[in-house]
Amino acid sequence: MLTADHAVAARYRELRQATRDGRPEAAEELLRNMSAEVRVRIVRMIDAAQLGHIGGDLSVTDILVTLFGAVLDVDPEHPRSPGRDRFVLSKGHCAAALYSTLAHCGYFADKELDTFMAPLSALNGHPNRRKVPGVETNTGPLGHGFPVAVGSALAARLTGGNWRTVVVLGDGEMQEGSNWEAAMTAGHHGLSSLTAVVDRNRLQQGARTEDTKTLEPLADKWTAFGWETRVVDGHDHTALLAAFGPSTDGRPVAVIADTIKGKGVSFMEDRVEWHHKVPDKQQVQAAIEELSR
Amino acid sequence: MTNTTVRTDADATYDCRQVFAEELITLAREDPRVVAVCNDSVGSSNLTGFRAEFPDRLINVGIAEQDLVGVGAGLANGGMIPFVSAAGPFLTGRALEQIKADCAYSGHKVVLCGQSPGMAYGELGPTHHSVEDLSWLRAVADLPVLVPTDREQTRAAIRWAYAFEGPCYLRVPRFKVPDVIPPDAPFGPGRSVTLREGTDATVIAIGTLVSRALAAAGALAAEGISVRVLNTPFVDPLDEAAVLSAAAETGALVVAEEATLSGGLGAAVASLVGQHRPVPLRLLGVTGFAPTGDASYLLEHFGLTADGIRQAVHEVLAMSSSAV
Repeated sequence: MLTADHAVAARYRELRQATRDGRPEAAEELLRNMSAEVRVRIVRMIDAAQLGHIGGDLSVTDILVTLFGAVLDVDPEHPRSPGRDRFVLSKGHCAAALYSTLAHCGYFADKELDTFMAPLSALNGHPNRRKVPGVETNTGPLGHGFPVAVGSALAARLTGGNWRTVVVLGDGEMQEGSNWEAAMTAGHHGLSSLTAVVDRNRLQQGARTEDTKTLEPLADKWTAFGWETRVVDGHDHTALLAAFGPSTDGRPVAVIADTIKGKGVSFMEDRVEWHHKVPDKQQVQAAIEELSR
Repeated sequence: MTNTTVRTDADATYDCRQVFAEELITLAREDPRVVAVCNDSVGSSNLTGFRAEFPDRLINVGIAEQDLVGVGAGLANGGMIPFVSAAGPFLTGRALEQIKADCAYSGHKVVLCGQSPGMAYGELGPTHHSVEDLSWLRAVADLPVLVPTDREQTRAAIRWAYAFEGPCYLRVPRFKVPDVIPPDAPFGPGRSVTLREGTDATVIAIGTLVSRALAAAGALAAEGISVRVLNTPFVDPLDEAAVLSAAAETGALVVAEEATLSGGLGAAVASLVGQHRPVPLRLLGVTGFAPTGDASYLLEHFGLTADGIRQAVHEVLAMSSSAV
């Protein structure tokens, strides 16, 4: 199991303080800067590993950064604290985005990211809770994280715990039947402490979601399953922050975050081939320059 | 080693689901973390008493087995001790990937309870038979696989699963069997129970086949053949030392289980002795999809009877003598 980087964790606590207590514009700027750093690190990790799911990593980054930077009540130095908020990345193939975010928060040292997918690294291509602090359940096969998040929210209710549970799903992943089983369970039980975020980048591995198996009207589907549904720009930190607010009426909250696959790198944006294509050296250079502006 | 005889009247047989229900209620009274999770199977999992006493701690996810197991893992993540209960075929077949990824690989302590295992649902047919569960789950790392035999061993299995630090799978027997396991028998991973000593051959049996193995050993004794009967309630991890000792000391093995021969206890024993102590071996179990018939009929159909075991012992003894 990796261990915390205490200096980075201390800086993370300051960031959390600032994003929570400061003015919204200040939070926006802090989160935007964090997103830029997380994205650059993702590109470097994938360059080093020569493997990864760069398109989805870049589409989900602002969601992860907003959650860890300003929403979740977590402590990277005590990752198994019983009352912690639970975060589940159901789209586990975007592990690089999660690892980059977790390292930025001090869950483990930044240098570990250089081992991404290397032999014997803790940082597998899909997250492993027995090796990586901050990971709640092992995901990778799609349609797994959501039911586990429902169980976590049920446990909070049963124990009187006040933690919230947030699960991030891919939009293509909503084609998995198990996710709708979970949505129905959460709706039935009115699990208001549960938030499901859909990274709605409209692309899946092979094609557009709507050309593969139609998801729309997606918001209506969530509503029909008993959820309070919010549709939001998934790259607008301020809008995401508002969308991640608590349930207003006792239903679980679904946030459909409209995103762009490959966000921030113009030649990758909204292009299906960048699902798991690995950039060459020139492309890496161009991507980092664009993300650093 | 314990050497015992059948301690109850062989005519008295019991469905172990009652013990499962009693033990779960006892644990729930002792520990508020214990919850039951089921898939519209309150009745068939015998959880009506549990629901009456702990209505909030019986979570019925409806007919949704993937959700069932995932929710169980999430409850474990949140500090609960979930007993996830469903008919064996649906729990292990439909939710196999959840068992692997959410429970075993994630290390979430979920007690997976396969109800009405084997061919207990007889006439309902192979869709409802759980004869592949041992094969599928033996192949999953970090997941002990338990097949208790009678009421006492079912109780022991539930207690052990409750105390164990990780997830496990256990069959909850439905087909009525007599009490055959002594109350002081050892129970733990890699532990077996020697129910009868013998020198000419060993029958290794689990679940419904244990009482039948003892009956076969009794019949063979009358023929002058001395048979050891070994019970391995942990199909995984197996008591390898006891199996290898049986091979070395008795020189011939018969394995009997209410499960497919492709990958269950018999396959585990064959792999072990084939590599470390080859001896004549016969495996009794289920082959192919079962025809229509009640559970008793089907056990007979596949030769999973005292007489079937007796014949298999004669076969391995014949192999031994022809090899000399």
